[in-house]
Amino acid sequence: MKMTGAEIVSELLLEQGVDTVFGYPGGTALNLYDALYKYQGKIRHILTAHEQGAAHAADGYARATGKVGVVMATSGPGACNLVTGIATAFMDSIPIVAITANVADELIGRDAFQEIYITGVTLPITKHNFFVNNIKDLPDAIRQAFRIAQSGRKGPVLVDITKDVTGMMTNFDSKGPYLVKELPKVDPAALLEIAHLINKAKQPIVYYGGGVAASDGGPALRELLEKADMPGAYTIMAAGVLGYEEKRNLGLIGMHGSVASNKTVDQADLILALGTRFSDRVAQNMKKFGNKATIVQVDIDNSEINKNVIVDKSLVCDVKDFVEKIIPLVDQRERPDWFEKIRKWQEQSYKPMDDDTCLKPHQLIGKICSMTKEDAIYVTDVGQHQMWAAQFIKHINPKSFITSGGLGTMGFGYGASIGAKIACPEKRVIHITGDGSFHMNMNEACTAVTNNLPIISVIFNNKVLGMVYQWQGVFYGKRYSATTVERKTDFVKVAEGFGAKGYRAANLAEFEKVFAKALKDEGPVWIECLIDKEEKVLPMIPNGGTVDDMLLG
Amino acid sequence: MTLKKEVISILVDNQFNVLSRISSLIGRRGFNIDTITASATQNPAITRITIGFTGNEQSLSQILSQMAKLEIVREIYVLDPNESVFRELLLIKMKANKTNRGAIIEIVDIYRAKIIDLSKDSMIIELTGAPEKIDGFMKMLDCYEMVEFCRTGVTGIHRGVREYTRFED
Repeated sequence: MKMTGAEIVSELLLEQGVDTVFGYPGGTALNLYDALYKYQGKIRHILTAHEQGAAHAADGYARATGKVGVVMATSGPGACNLVTGIATAFMDSIPIVAITANVADELIGRDAFQEIYITGVTLPITKHNFFVNNIKDLPDAIRQAFRIAQSGRKGPVLVDITKDVTGMMTNFDSKGPYLVKELPKVDPAALLEIAHLINKAKQPIVYYGGGVAASDGGPALRELLEKADMPGAYTIMAAGVLGYEEKRNLGLIGMHGSVASNKTVDQADLILALGTRFSDRVAQNMKKFGNKATIVQVDIDNSEINKNVIVDKSLVCDVKDFVEKIIPLVDQRERPDWFEKIRKWQEQSYKPMDDDTCLKPHQLIGKICSMTKEDAIYVTDVGQHQMWAAQFIKHINPKSFITSGGLGTMGFGYGASIGAKIACPEKRVIHITGDGSFHMNMNEACTAVTNNLPIISVIFNNKVLGMVYQWQGVFYGKRYSATTVERKTDFVKVAEGFGAKGYRAANLAEFEKVFAKALKDEGPVWIECLIDKEEKVLPMIPNGGTVDDMLLG
Repeated sequence: MTLKKEVISILVDNQFNVLSRISSLIGRRGFNIDTITASATQNPAITRITIGFTGNEQSLSQILSQMAKLEIVREIYVLDPNESVFRELLLIKMKANKTNRGAIIEIVDIYRAKIIDLSKDSMIIELTGAPEKIDGFMKMLDCYEMVEFCRTGVTGIHRGVREYTRFED
């Protein structure tokens, strides 16, 4: 069938099962958007306030569903504004496809209006990218983009298409999507060897990360932990893979992780690292991490093996496949002595004090959880509120804690919340943010209002850039450089200005009242929560430290 | 950990920006490379990139596994020095007049290098050989006055017939 390049793009999106695109139009994207107009019954386009918001929305959509998120933008500034969003997805291995328009091929390289070499700009933050200046390459580029985004370790792919290609007519026949690359098979000999290590270990721990979440390996992991009676500690990317009440789930590991998780890893004789990359927020001192243990690493990405911490044994394969295949090989046993030791570390855990006259972060998050019956998608920005959310949310469901783990992108949350809500309209979406992060991309309120998305943004307002403020307080002699922002923003008025609802709370009773109202409201709601600026994220292990350097107050 | 010199051969798709993909990765990961060359192969769709690399075992395995992740990389391997030949080309311009020209020519002859340009106060010498031979030659010329030089960087190939089976697609 004869159609334009832009129509072919829409056809290719349909072929991939895409029904939602986040984006922002522009001069060189006119053809692409003209086709979207024609396809509006089949492809829903969500216009954001800013391309960064669109990129985060595609990312949030992918995190909430496991499907590929799609974002579209025009050339030059439009493409550049995607960069932080693409990098965020890259660091957390989230599958998104970014389609950017570029100037016509005859203008490429001439510094045309809104021309940018976006394939060059995004080289280090994409799995791969394509520059399409010939219509015959277009179908292959987009099919490859989806295949690459979803294959192996997932991640973002960008396709840049010149304007002449989107306007040109040619024949197109739907061939269907390319198959995702097969995952490497589990090596049976290595499997036996690792099972033997688990069976003979006295004090093992499973340290697991985003790979377990991405492969939907939670149920298998639970079975393995139960059968071999092993504890597990998770990175922020794996919050919700196991439920908070499960006995063997010791909680978050790393810089702001639990005492028990960090102590257990430190004292273990076997660390089974599943789908995780020993980042500097976990293996803060890469030379001392897990020094007493035999370390086994299982990951889908060969380049993660020995990248940060040298391991004793490794296996490159799908983590879920590995866990399912090792379960029959491990002995059913109990480790009462080990769990008795762990119980003592759990007793040393950091317990913040309640205070109903003000808003304490742990109580506030506790209230959010109980009033949403722990069944919501919780989306965060980056900073203190993010760590409190990671620590105090009672995680029970996978794909329900959406946060920028690797890049740590302030301003991620609102766009990601919109993506998650569009993806899962039946789910409650709670956006937990800070006044610093929220100021970065609060403009996306217009998107939430236009699309009538009942996203509740709980703004932890301590009037400082809290995480940096905390570090300046502890390590920089209270020299609060550029963190005591003292902004005068009236969040209630701003919310109303956008056409959203705005509330304010200074104590738990007030919060309970307005949050109950917010849960019944139809559109987006902001709740400003006044937090003391001296509230700290604890426990805390300083940069380069170990569990022995942990600060509890 | 001990540092070793290695020569890495990479077969990549012949696209317009393959070299920038490779060099972007090298820059991003801070890999310590000594030389990089790109050239055609018998298959017009494939380009060969040869990298001279100095590092320990961990950094070698990192450069190999990170490069292998690039979509454009079809095959990557380390050339085993015992089973490969390495060559590099040197062009070096020396100050040379009638008093010392003879002595330099003597060194040129021993190394089987070639004088490819001669003027009354300078000469340009060409030498092809393994990188160590070129290092040795340059050391011998140290006591004379050098104007400038350029080296192509190492390229290498396996001895004997070798099957390349891992070509995809």
